[in-house]
Order: sequence, then structure tokens, then C-alpha cells
Amino acid sequence: MATLKELAKVEERFVGGHRLCAGCGHGISVRMVLNAAEDANVVVGCATGCLEVASTIYPYTAWNCSFIHSAFENAGATISGVEAAYKSLKKQGKIDKDFKFVAFGGDGGTYDIGFQSLSGAMERGHNIVYVCLDNEAYMNTGIQRSSATPMGADTTTSPAGKVVPGKQQPRKDLTAIMAAHNIPYAAQTAISNWQDVHRKAKKAFDVEGPAFINILSPCPRGWRYNTPDIVELVKKAVETRFWPMYEVENGKWKLNYKPKKYVPIEEFLKPQGRFRHLFAPGNEHVIKAIQKEVDERWLALLERCGETPELPPK
Amino acid sequence: MKNKVAITGNEAVAQAMKQINPDVVAAYPITPQTEVVQIFSSFVSNGQVDTEFVTVESEHSAMSAAIGASAAGARAMTATSSQGLALMFEMVYIASSLRLPIVFPVVNRALSGPINIHCDHSDAMGVKDAGVIQLFSENAQEAYDNMIQAVRIAEHPDVLLPVSVNFDGFITSHALDVLEVLDDETVKNFVGQYQPEEYLLDAQNPVSMGNFDMYDFYFEHKRQQVAAMEAAKKVIEEVGKEYEAISGRKYGLVDAYRLDDAEMAVVVLNSAAGSAKGVVDELREKGLKVGVLKPRVFRPFPFEAVQDALKKVKAVAVLDRAETFSTLGGPMFADVRTALYDLKNDIKVINYVYGLGGRDLRLEDVEKVFDDLANIVKSGRADKFVNYLGLRE
Repeated sequence: MATLKELAKVEERFVGGHRLCAGCGHGISVRMVLNAAEDANVVVGCATGCLEVASTIYPYTAWNCSFIHSAFENAGATISGVEAAYKSLKKQGKIDKDFKFVAFGGDGGTYDIGFQSLSGAMERGHNIVYVCLDNEAYMNTGIQRSSATPMGADTTTSPAGKVVPGKQQPRKDLTAIMAAHNIPYAAQTAISNWQDVHRKAKKAFDVEGPAFINILSPCPRGWRYNTPDIVELVKKAVETRFWPMYEVENGKWKLNYKPKKYVPIEEFLKPQGRFRHLFAPGNEHVIKAIQKEVDERWLALLERCGETPELPPK
Repeated sequence: MKNKVAITGNEAVAQAMKQINPDVVAAYPITPQTEVVQIFSSFVSNGQVDTEFVTVESEHSAMSAAIGASAAGARAMTATSSQGLALMFEMVYIASSLRLPIVFPVVNRALSGPINIHCDHSDAMGVKDAGVIQLFSENAQEAYDNMIQAVRIAEHPDVLLPVSVNFDGFITSHALDVLEVLDDETVKNFVGQYQPEEYLLDAQNPVSMGNFDMYDFYFEHKRQQVAAMEAAKKVIEEVGKEYEAISGRKYGLVDAYRLDDAEMAVVVLNSAAGSAKGVVDELREKGLKVGVLKPRVFRPFPFEAVQDALKKVKAVAVLDRAETFSTLGGPMFADVRTALYDLKNDIKVINYVYGLGGRDLRLEDVEKVFDDLANIVKSGRADKFVNYLGLRE
């Protein structure tokens, strides 16, 4: 694998001038993913959302490669059309250059409204990479719950009130759903480990056929953390096993990181304003439920990955 | 070389698509359009076209994939009907604002609900304000001819807008018709190669498309779409003349039938124009001065051509195969009446909504319309503006 020094020589495709918030995970994730495309020609597709509105305010653009946004729920379909055009024009000799195709969508545009379009694109087998920048709610419209929002989170449509302590339901497991499409490559990664992101993005670009990567991408406004701590917070998501790093290649599940000791979920919840209410007396049961769900999902994941299903030592 | 064949409207349109040989087609099946994509997919399977056929999971994705393909630099098409067009509604606006010359047949069918599979124009009228050029076709021949011309209209540098080719579900799509098709080479030369100025797959000149547009630019971009629509009128006429040279068939903005000395006229789109022309021929035999105006282009609205064709008549009935629920009549009524108002000729203009959900327009219905118009001309008075034809009240 290339060293950081070598990776730094790859021309940036997502450059300065964008208006993402300080301490947002999107810019970091996008730069890491596109870096793995090395010197290829890339077309980026993008769902409506923070990344799109912050990077393409007319007449400016922060994209140093071709970019297309058309709507919210159709990044999968739009990029599949671009890829079909490439195949057709290449076959007919109307263009001679090679291209790679990647679409970015938030969790709203991927787990929810863009789910059908993404599923269709994956089933059709286009040679594309789809990257979900999962910040666990509709942040662009002002922090509304999505199906990626974790249980207990305080959002503007699952507000922590006197009776209801935040979101009632656990997250949709989208990475597993994408793996169930039997695509060549599906993976989950985190920006706290740049080697993991780079390796997975490179593999996603290299495989023939559709690839899906889910990246946990914290939102300072929605999660309410101290912005310089973003990478530390993601590390906590991985160490508490809230966000496991794994990959499914040609149907084979592989766990990429196993925490050495049992870190309770409170470590991840505590630095975030969206979970603050859970630490008030009377809400202990919610934290317990979150922990139970994290543990159960971890054990199920270990089993899928052929590992011994046991929790890390406390 | 011209070739006479007996085929359905759907077969004719699929045949036109084959001869155009688009780079990408993204489509989803829906009655009564289904045959078009079925037939076209057999052309793909048998290697008769170079097209990448994207079998999307919905019409929303059909137009989205067509947008991606067209933006990438491909000649892209889709095809739909009714609910399919309603589902892709959002993307029709976006295709237009991205200035992508996507051509798509719309096999006209009533919109739900209640669910119905037969012909009316409520699907097409739903996108009349979306910035898409709308061509209408009286029969299979016109649907075929419109498809081929649509490519040239859409891709003209003064236009660069999506073009929909409308023809009536079942009436035109499924009925066998005798028409002339051009040979492949003639069509290939007529449509030429698509050469976009900016496109995603231009490795040397990367481009951002679909940017976030605020109050400082959005308005100007909308104004440019209007300018393109305005320019399209001239382009449609020019392309029509060129097409006449290869086909012998005349195409303009409107088809004025026996209107030169007419006192009464019916304005109607698509297949019903054929019925109206038949009635006009019969009434002419009886010495009545009657005619038909069939707009071939509904968007952009051929304002001047409508004025010119109807300026001498005394009374006009606009037949709409769609409701607006405004209680002010159908969509075409409003436009025709506006056009005639400015002439200050005191032309009486009334409206008939007909044929919703596939109800037949009978010849007696058209005769009744001309009877009503004759009474209006005689009395000089039109009391009821919005009427329904062939309806049980």
C-alpha cells in the first residue's frame, strides 16, 4: 500500500472554496475516497444534500473533475446513466479515454429516499462506486431523523421530550442490505483509519461491477461535539463497536478491526449533544437498549465473518 | 427510398428509435407504452443498434439515467405513459433546466385515479409547464416522423431542450396503420451525430452540472429556457422543411385543415383531429364553411400560428382531452382563447372536454359541436364556455 507521502502527490479532485462546516466529515471522506482513484479520469455523481449545496454554488465549483447533481433520490440512477453512456460511446469508438464513476449521497439520499434508485443500480451491475456519507440524519434541512439515525438520538423530528426520549427505533443496517445484493464489494469504514478508507476505496474502484462503501461522517451541528475532536469521536464509534469496520467481497464477510477491550457505548454517546438527555435520571433504560443492540449486532457480525461470537473482555 | 408498411404506432416509434440508433435508452414498462420498450429491447438483443439499454426500476430512474447519459455526452432517450410520466415529473423539469436534448415518446394515457389505462391527455398536460417541447401526432405516420425530427429539434444549438413525442394510447399505439418509413441511411444522415459542447466524459474539460443556483442566477437561467422555447418555433419549422425534402410530408407548428374560408373551427390535438377532419369533409359537402386546427406543437405554444389560422373565423370550439379542475375548462382552451383575445375580432371561443379515460369521440359528437358553433354564429352569443362531450350528466 502507498505511503501517505505518495498519496499526497495525487491531484486533489475536491478542492478549497467549498462551504462545508468546520469539523464536518464529508470533505475528509470525499478527499480520501477520490485520492484512491489515483490518476484515473473520474466522474462524480452527487445526491442533493450538504455536500452538493456546499460545493457547487453557481457559478463556482469545488470539483476538479466532472461532476453531476440532478436530484435527491436518484444519485444511483443518474451515475448509472453516465456509466451506460461511457460504455456505449467507448464501444462505438466515440471516446477513447477510460473513466471511473463514483456517486456520493448522504444517509437521507441513500438509506431512505434514494434507496430504490441505489438498489436498482446495484442489481443492474453497473461499474460504479456508491459512497454513503452517513451522518445519521437529514442535516441539510436541519437535523431530522432518518432511518440511519441511531436509537435515542435527539433530532428535530425525534425530539427528546418529556415522554419520548429521542428516536425510538434502531438504525437500518444498510451495508448488510447492500451486501445482500450480491455485488462484488460492499464495505463499511471510518475516517479514523485512513489506511482502511484508502484500501477500501481503491478496491471499490478496482472491482468490475458495483461497489458500495458506507462511511460514518459526523456532523458538528447535528451531533453537537467539539469540532476539532471529529476523528477522536469516530475512533470511539469504532472502539465501542457502534460502527464496525468490515467488508464483504464476493459474498465473503471479513471483519477488518476487532477492539481489544470492551468499551461501553457511553464513551461514544457522552461527547455528543444529541445524546445528552440520555444521561438524565430516568433514561438509563435507553442507554441499556442501545448497548444491547450494539452487542447483538456485533455478535451477529462476528458470526457472519467466521469469527468466534464473543464480546471483547471487560 | 421510401417503404410502405402496415404497423402499429408503437411499432412505428420503435422503428424510428432503431433508425436513430441512440447511444443510451433507459426505460420502464407501462401500458400502453410497453411495446415500444419490448420491441426496442429486441433490437438491442439482436445487435441491430449500438444502444446501451438501461432497464431501470422506475420511470423516475428512467429519466434520471437518461439525464446522466445525456449529460455524459450520449444521445439518450426514454419512453413512457401516464403514471410513468407523473413519476418522472420532477426529472422532466431538471432535464430541461440542464438543457439536455432527451427525446421521449409519451403514449398518452389517462392519469389515476381512478386507475384507467386508456387514452386521454392528462399525462402530457401535467408537464406542459416543465420546459419540455411537446409534439403531438395524429397517427402512426406522424408519430414516426415526429420522433425523427425531434432529435434534430432537441439538439439544435439554439434549443437544447427535451422533446416529448405524444401519440394516443391504444387508438394510435395499438391500431394497425399504413405508413411510409424511410430507409435507415436516410434517417442516419438526417439525424447526424450528437456533438455536445460540454459533457461529463470530456477528459480534458471537466465540467460541473446541476449546480446549486441561488436568487442571483436562477431567474436568468429560467429566462434562458424561455428564450430556447421561443427559438424552438423557428427551428421546428426549419427542421420540418428539411424533413419534407426527404419524406415528401409537410410539418409545421400547426396543421390548418380547410380553414382558408372557414367561419367555424374546431381546435383539437392528436388522433381526434382525424375524426374532426372527417366530419368537416361531410359538412363541407353540405355547404358549411368549417375547418380544423390541429396544433402539432403544444409547447412552445404556437401563438402566432394559431392567430393566423383562426383570425377570420367567427366561432371556435377548443376540444380538450384533459381536465384542469380550475372550472375554467381544459388547458388548451385557455391558451387558444388568450391568443384570439388579442386579435380583437370578436371571435367566440368555447371549450369542450371530451374523451377522458379513453371514451370515444364519435363523429356525432363533432357534428354536435359544429351545430353549437352554428347557433353561436347565428345568435352572436356564446353563453356557456365550458362543455362536456359524450358525458352522462
